[in-house]
Amino acid sequence: MFKISAQAVDVAALQATLADARAGACVTFEGWVRVRNEGQAVHALEYEAYAPLAESEGERILAEARAKYEIVAARAVHRVGHLQLGELAVWVGVTAEHRGAAFDACRYIIDEAKARLPIWKKEHYASGTTAWINCATRGEHGAASPPP
Amino acid sequence: MLTLHIQYFAILREQRGLAQEKLTTTAATPAALYDELRARHAFTLTGDRIRAAVNDTFVDATTPLREGDRVVFIPPVAGG
Repeated sequence: MFKISAQAVDVAALQATLADARAGACVTFEGWVRVRNEGQAVHALEYEAYAPLAESEGERILAEARAKYEIVAARAVHRVGHLQLGELAVWVGVTAEHRGAAFDACRYIIDEAKARLPIWKKEHYASGTTAWINCATRGEHGAASPPP
Repeated sequence: MLTLHIQYFAILREQRGLAQEKLTTTAATPAALYDELRARHAFTLTGDRIRAAVNDTFVDATTPLREGDRVVFIPPVAGG
């Protein structure tokens, strides 16, 4: 299950869905909104997703992880909307008989999700500027756009 | 001429000033359509930095478009 969610993620409820007597290991990853990115003080951020494709591509990533690693189950949720500092932006949970596969699969899922899912992040800086991450064009040097 | 539904996200939505539109075009591929829209709306991202999706599936930018297709242009992603 790969979900795009406009609501805060209930981590305990998600982790409970992974309970399985076959699993001897559960590895989870949480991505949080942090205060500093590439030297700029972040005040808040905004995630936007092309949800139908993000969820189908996310399911494909989970299926790849199941094929590549000896895992029992894998789930992930990615937030959209306005997030404050410290809020959970993405959650990945993997169970396996043994910890090695659980760690490897969890790492695979978050790395592929970051690289492939049609999800965009707009950072709002303490200075009042904003920037769509990775969308700067030549001449902007990755700098933020001026305040409106 | 094809009539297509275009949906915009993130930086393209902001630069276009709307989230979706229906339009008629002579562009036969997503790549040609993006170039046409970029010229019209002054999108800052060049076509080589954009991926295309048609009817909720990633496609090659040179895939022929068909009447009624739902087209989405995907700027560089930044999930996680």
